Amino acid sequence: MPFYSEKVMEHFQNPRNVGEIKDADGIGEVGNPVCGDMMTFYIKVKDNVLSDVKFKTFGCGAAIAVSSMVSELAKGKTIDEALKITNASVAQELGGLPPNKMHCSNLGADALHKAIENYRKKSGEKI
Amino acid sequence: MKEVYLENQANTKIDERVLSEMLPFLKENYGNAQSMNSLGAVSKDAVEKARKQVAELIGAKDNEIYFTSCGSESNNLAVKGIAEAYNQKRKHIIVSGIEHFSVLYSARRLSQSGFEITYLPVDKYGFVSPDDVKKAIRSDTILVSAQHANPEIGTIQPLEEISKICREKNVLFHTDAVVTCGIIPVDVVKLGADLLSLSGSQFYGPKGAAALYIKKGVRIIPQIDGGIQENGRRAGTENVTAIVGLGRAAEIAKNELDENYKKMIHLRDRIISELPKKIEYIYINGPVDRRLPNNVNFSVEFIEGEGMFLHLDGKGIYVSSGSACASKSLKMSHVLSAIKVDTALGQGSILMTLSKYNTDEEIDYVLSEFPLIVKKLRDMSPLYSYFLKTGKRHVAGPGTDYEHEHEHDENQ
Repeated sequence: MPFYSEKVMEHFQNPRNVGEIKDADGIGEVGNPVCGDMMTFYIKVKDNVLSDVKFKTFGCGAAIAVSSMVSELAKGKTIDEALKITNASVAQELGGLPPNKMHCSNLGADALHKAIENYRKKSGEKI
Repeated sequence: MKEVYLENQANTKIDERVLSEMLPFLKENYGNAQSMNSLGAVSKDAVEKARKQVAELIGAKDNEIYFTSCGSESNNLAVKGIAEAYNQKRKHIIVSGIEHFSVLYSARRLSQSGFEITYLPVDKYGFVSPDDVKKAIRSDTILVSAQHANPEIGTIQPLEEISKICREKNVLFHTDAVVTCGIIPVDVVKLGADLLSLSGSQFYGPKGAAALYIKKGVRIIPQIDGGIQENGRRAGTENVTAIVGLGRAAEIAKNELDENYKKMIHLRDRIISELPKKIEYIYINGPVDRRLPNNVNFSVEFIEGEGMFLHLDGKGIYVSSGSACASKSLKMSHVLSAIKVDTALGQGSILMTLSKYNTDEEIDYVLSEFPLIVKKLRDMSPLYSYFLKTGKRHVAGPGTDYEHEHEHDENQ
């Protein structure tokens, strides 16, 4: 059996929504290069909906697939819906992750939530 | 799909001539080498022929070769077996910090039963300093174990100097020569080894047969009890088929060593010189001189090793990585740590090891595909975009709080 599920490999080979948003409304980052995984999420918010989500990721196959899946799940969702995405649900959507990848590579939802937090902080400051 | 196998430190492809020598022992010659009947004699003769072939590869006498099942078993037998044989008045063992785990964990096991272990440091190229060996030896030192070459970064150790010091101090010397036997010249007398581990799976033989050279007169305590095989030093029915394969592989390796050496070193040097011309910010790990002829190890900055090898795998190019993510233990390779490769850079390490089967055409393919993969991963790397924007690198030494540093940058 291959190390990763077909779905993980598919997202790894063809990651969705890779990139940065120049005038992002929120940016969230988790991990660090020492651990071998780092993800930066960029969000654009319109009428309380994530109208655009992009990411950049340094990391293993799982980290890249997780980022891609999170971006796909979050895009078009309201902020409240997006906050309900969890690391566990992302792993499930990917058809499972190897046990040793569950902890350090499965941080995409955290990065997304951080971006939302960042957006809220910024919009709060504006008011 | 095109397939290019560059993971020969893990296992080599069996030579057809080896395979055909082995097949009769899986079919009609199935006797137990210890049986007194005629079928047993066929097996016994085959094992003894293989012993001679292996002895000739490393300049040993036939009765100094002991067959085992794998390199790890040879290393376990050497380290534990010697420690237990000479423990009456002495209790100190010296090993280098970049040994194979079968040496390191054997040493650790010994430390749990009263032995004291010194782990020798290495320099940034992976070399053990003979001076450090001299300083580490105590009056109660039993054994020094230092590998002939490192499978990951290719460093060939100055064994003649190290063994000379051991001889002068009356300390036994073991070397793990699993990655050098059959690849570069190995002569137990010249190297000054009292014990030497080798494995056929590293030079186009089958898995399942390896050997430990034990110099005549050196005592050892068996680690598998219960039989008369291997002169009472390693019990267990001989794996005749695999041993026959190991013997034939040793014979072929000896005859074709020069030719294979030249072929591999040509391909190695092509990768080492041409890859940096196609990819910026890559750094070689390990030495330039005194390096295994089949070893290439680069750190590719801003990206992670597992991502590289998965994409290479998708192109039929089989390599490995020393990155934490690529290991099942999620720790960076102990070898890269020992040579103090920056932790973030170590995550981008990629190891390619050549065999006699690789061709220029295969290397052309690797050299054309690899840069595209690096580009793809760098295009999605936040570390790379940070570098492009600021000209600065994220400092990623041990204990660096990256998040804190980043927030600080944002505020500027």
